[in-house]
Amino acid sequence: MGVNSTPLLGGDGFITTTIESFANWGRKNSLWPMPFGTACCAIEMMGVFASRFDLSRFGAEVARFSPRQADLMIVSGTITYKMASVCRRIYDQMPEPKWVIAMGSCTCGGGPFDSYAVVQGIDEFLPVDVYVGGCPPRPEAVIDAVMKIQKKIELQGAPVV
Amino acid sequence: MERVEFISEESVLDTETGARTETMMLNMGPQHPATHGVLRVVLHLDGEVVVKAIPHIGYLHRGIEKLCEHITYQMCLPYTDRMDYLASICNNIGFILSVEKLLGIEDEIPERAKTAEVILFELGRIESHLVGIGTNALDLGAMSAFLYCFKERERIYDILETVCGARLTTSYPRVGGLPLDLPDDFEEKVRNFLRIFPKTLTEVDKLLTRNRIWIERTKGIAFISAEDAIDLGLTGPALRGSGVPYDVRKAMPYLGYENYDFEVPVATDGDAYSRFLCRLEEMNQSLKIIEQALDNLPDGPYAADLPDVVLPKKELTYTKMESLIRHFVLVYEGFKPPAGEVQHAVENPKGELSYYLVSDGSGKPYRMRVRGPSFVNMQALPQMVKGSLVADVIAAIGSLDIVLGEIDR
Amino acid sequence: MSFDLSSLTDSLNTEFPGAVKTIIEYRGETTLVVLKEKVSEICRSLKDDFGFTFLADLTAVDYLEVKTPRYEVVYHVHRFGPEFDENIRIRLKAEVEGKEPTIDSVTPVWSGADWLEREVYDMFGIEFTGHPDLRRILMPDDYEPFPLRKDFDVRNREASKRSFEKELERGTE
Repeated sequence: MGVNSTPLLGGDGFITTTIESFANWGRKNSLWPMPFGTACCAIEMMGVFASRFDLSRFGAEVARFSPRQADLMIVSGTITYKMASVCRRIYDQMPEPKWVIAMGSCTCGGGPFDSYAVVQGIDEFLPVDVYVGGCPPRPEAVIDAVMKIQKKIELQGAPVV
Repeated sequence: MERVEFISEESVLDTETGARTETMMLNMGPQHPATHGVLRVVLHLDGEVVVKAIPHIGYLHRGIEKLCEHITYQMCLPYTDRMDYLASICNNIGFILSVEKLLGIEDEIPERAKTAEVILFELGRIESHLVGIGTNALDLGAMSAFLYCFKERERIYDILETVCGARLTTSYPRVGGLPLDLPDDFEEKVRNFLRIFPKTLTEVDKLLTRNRIWIERTKGIAFISAEDAIDLGLTGPALRGSGVPYDVRKAMPYLGYENYDFEVPVATDGDAYSRFLCRLEEMNQSLKIIEQALDNLPDGPYAADLPDVVLPKKELTYTKMESLIRHFVLVYEGFKPPAGEVQHAVENPKGELSYYLVSDGSGKPYRMRVRGPSFVNMQALPQMVKGSLVADVIAAIGSLDIVLGEIDR
Repeated sequence: MSFDLSSLTDSLNTEFPGAVKTIIEYRGETTLVVLKEKVSEICRSLKDDFGFTFLADLTAVDYLEVKTPRYEVVYHVHRFGPEFDENIRIRLKAEVEGKEPTIDSVTPVWSGADWLEREVYDMFGIEFTGHPDLRRILMPDDYEPFPLRKDFDVRNREASKRSFEKELERGTE
């Protein structure tokens, strides 16, 4: 976006932009996360939303438990095969555009649970945008992941130079 | 035009009005903010009254019991963290104690390690009760109590972080004592917490205990009688809220709990409010225990002098050949308890957590069974919510304070 | 109320001949190996006559190629004392053979055994006769193997995947 506020134009200034980048700018600063918390990581995710780490500073505090109103799914915690179909269905219910954060080792690749019931990484059935390692990752890491999503949204559809 | 009637097989004909009625099925979960994880409850409703509630679990079954059969005892420790992740340290200590019982080395654990474990155990209890009360309040619409509780949890996280480097999943104690001595500022930090925490406790108490809305939402809700509670095998605040004074710390003391002066809070009404009162008072008692333990925290060794069980100190591993070999053997093969089986119970924040270990004489457990308190407590839900309103189901689940990692394992 | 183990075993043995097969004392814990056919009656007697009102745990162990009979169903029963230090806990074990393992359910004695028995059925495939609602509890309903059996590989994800794919197809219809 280009900002111009030369006195020649009356002093109030104006912004030149494309519809797309304007929309992206809005999107990135008002993410509505859908916390898909299943296990230990969900507690750290609650920590991210709660007093000390406070995700609202990044414009992403409106946690929506209905997938229809969300655009960022934070999958936190072990996903078992019994849960996987639920996870996929909820992802399908989210409106486009949508992004996914895989929070924690279990969602990234099964983590310590190399067993008969656990999906070895949610990318077996979901497209993932940002992976966050750790068991569980610290809240700072999750905030970093949200910022990476913001970066990704900002660059979406931008011309390749 | 021909009239087509759809008559469900389950519908009941009302003879007075001639109308056909049937119960409505409402599916709650497994992805629902108020089910504390991935619990699914199928509710059969008559209007807004619950006729039948059927909990479905297993959405987080990760096969921990099976996984533990393939690794050494010491390696099982991180898995125990991830069961009741709201109070990981309590699970850790419970597991360590059962392995120590299996090895028969309980008497050799130094006092410093035991006292430190008591402090950490009670911190874990506070940590878990804070979430229990906070989320229960949040589900019933009281946002601020949740924020107060989480503020204090962060303080406990800070203490745990200085002790073991992790906030949530601690994996801290080892068979035979502690892996490292407590950090220098441990006592100061815990004392600081003891000074600050009662204020928050009073605030939560003020916010909820006499709050009209909170009382209306929890008093008389999710009732369970003492007989039913025993029959169903409930433990923890769920049992003590019904007036049964059973606490493993008193009944089958471990870690020297018999030497501490504390009460077991009991409430008699058997409803969600009683369970809340139990939790609140238990936190006060925990503070009392921590204070006594801190006053009596002895100096001296922090791990038992048992070369066959305890890993050698790191600096010795790097400098002495024998220590290196011992380290290698202990990590690769693990210690080998004699063939036999033990069960050891601890009073987890949510109830009785017991490990049943079967050894065949090798370095790996032949069978590790975990009796999670939430798993058994969860059975009471259908009985608790029968005949109550849909909104009370949320209060009931919250007051049971379940954690799905432990239910499904 | 003091507790006398020998009077308990004597009483059980006179009521149900051969009920208590062996008594094992290990690490301060008492284990009674009891007759499998009589397990429900023994539990009833323990609850009504001896005050073991609380079933602490119920589980099973698979001793494949270690001993026969293959399975052991393990009960931990608990008696509350009037004082805190008078609590008593004993362990009962009943041996169950490997082919089509079945045992009587103890749900009529303790209703808390309901889910515990379902879990044992789910994980080991041991059938509990007289159980009101014996279904899988942790694994999906259409899951075939019994994961905690020793002949099941911990990394065997085939059955889980099959039931996941079936569930996914059902969802997209």
